Amino acid sequence: MATPVAELPAAPSVRRAGSFFWGLHGGDKPAFLITISCAAAIVLVTCLLVYELFVNSAVSRHKFGWDFLFSRVWDPVAGQFGALPFVYGTVVTSALALVIAVPLGVGAAIFLSELAPPRVSDTLTFLVELLAAVPSVIFGLLAVFVLVPFLKQIEPVLRSVLGWLPTFQGPFYGFSLFAAGVILAIMVLPFIISISREVLLAVPTDQREAALALGATKWESTWQVVVPFARKGITGSIFLALARALGETMAVTMVIGNDPKISASLFAPGYSIAAIIANEFTEATGDLYTSSLIELGLVLFALTILINGIARLLILTTTRRGET
Amino acid sequence: MSTNVSTLQNLAIDMQKGVPMKPAAETSAKLVTTDLNFYYGKFKALHGISLSVPTGAVTALIGPSGCGKSTFLRTLNRMYETVPLTRAEGAILLDNEDLFAIELSALRRRVGMVFQRSNPFPKSIFDNVAYGLRVNGFANKATLQESVEQSLRRAALWDEVKDKLHESAYSLSGGQQQRLCIARALAVNPEALLLDEPCSALDPIATAKIEELILHLKRTCTIVIVTHNMQQAARVADYTGFFLLGKLIEFNATKIIFQTPAQKETEDYVTGRFG
Repeated sequence: MATPVAELPAAPSVRRAGSFFWGLHGGDKPAFLITISCAAAIVLVTCLLVYELFVNSAVSRHKFGWDFLFSRVWDPVAGQFGALPFVYGTVVTSALALVIAVPLGVGAAIFLSELAPPRVSDTLTFLVELLAAVPSVIFGLLAVFVLVPFLKQIEPVLRSVLGWLPTFQGPFYGFSLFAAGVILAIMVLPFIISISREVLLAVPTDQREAALALGATKWESTWQVVVPFARKGITGSIFLALARALGETMAVTMVIGNDPKISASLFAPGYSIAAIIANEFTEATGDLYTSSLIELGLVLFALTILINGIARLLILTTTRRGET
Repeated sequence: MSTNVSTLQNLAIDMQKGVPMKPAAETSAKLVTTDLNFYYGKFKALHGISLSVPTGAVTALIGPSGCGKSTFLRTLNRMYETVPLTRAEGAILLDNEDLFAIELSALRRRVGMVFQRSNPFPKSIFDNVAYGLRVNGFANKATLQESVEQSLRRAALWDEVKDKLHESAYSLSGGQQQRLCIARALAVNPEALLLDEPCSALDPIATAKIEELILHLKRTCTIVIVTHNMQQAARVADYTGFFLLGKLIEFNATKIIFQTPAQKETEDYVTGRFG
């Protein structure tokens, strides 16, 4: 029984990780070097970015320490700077944007991929992708001239339906966290629709047919089988939308009201991190002022990573066993 | 069964005369197609197929690639309707009932299907088998438990998975996944089961298990199997139909098809002279 084994060539010794490169042949070596430098460039840029933000915010970091994150005061004249109102404005507007855009976007993607005739689907998708290419200042103009007046008109309705919530109380001047959240929702919609549609279209036909063959209706197969199968990709599209919403500057600056206050009501004006950097950086006088704005940039970067991390963790822990 | 065979033999004789096979009224046939034509857009994929699938037996459909055997199979539960621009003409009867008049979900509960590649849902083993029951409104937990176990037993998979029902279906091997798909199809208690090349992606051992399973299942469930593998047809099928270029060349008891086929084309194919 044991004899044939002896004739087999000896198993190759376990390769060390470092010898991977030397194991490559011919054109694989340059290809490896070229592609690894492309990948390394991304890491490099990210590290440089953090490094620059960190170094240039030294003055502010030394003066305020961790209090910078929790202070509500933003007073350039008195030299007092705190990030909290801006963090609040950024998080609230992005959250509102997702609350509006996720159901709309996923619903539209389901329609486009599963229910619409191919020609309608392709045309609409083209329009949606066109929307993604519109510069954000144009969305800002749209928000100022169309969205804000429109919101003012529907404000009484909102107030009568949702007025019992603290988020829909107080006076409404139009330029507000609410307006910023809605315009952000419109801006991130194309990302959610376009990516989710691609992901849904990539779900294997045999998954759909397996459900149909068991007597499921078209909608049951879509909702219970196709959408869960595509869940990961749809989540990815939401992450991308979130990242875009957190960092969006121009359109938000134009409608958020630019008032560094923390109010429970969405009807009140607010301020976002990106907006204040855009508004005040060129006019900042003195090292402390400038470095505080740069520290805000660092905070935005950390916030983006933190929120994405939490979202991913949430997905990981809510993934039921049996799903992959 | 004996009446079946003789009827079918008579029909085979009809076919030799070039008369399309017309199912006799007394045939105990589960599914009967009469002069069935099928189109993908303008392309005619099936030409006047008349065939009756006998109840409680295994019927194999063989033929070279593109001969229309899978297309024919997909008309029997109207699965072709998922493909745009397809059209079926002619009559199909399920237990003497017009197949096109049956509500689609109800039809697919009665005529189950297993696909070429195993396609479990990305859910647990239990949830996979329970899917058909849940979608058809059986939510009672105790009944679900019982039906899932029974279906897995019928698919000869219970002993292998009983301790890990709540693990992912993807943790199973290819052959186990395909048997899971069979269990999933059996859970809604179909009267007929359509198998579309169920073993084409499996190794010989997994294939043997599925074939054994098919032989067990035919007692409770009429089976139609499309296969590329002629030995498989010979091993499992009671009746075999040979398709070529969208036509049903010959349909008869498997033994006759493989030993004394009436048509030259059939003989060439089963002896491996072409295809």
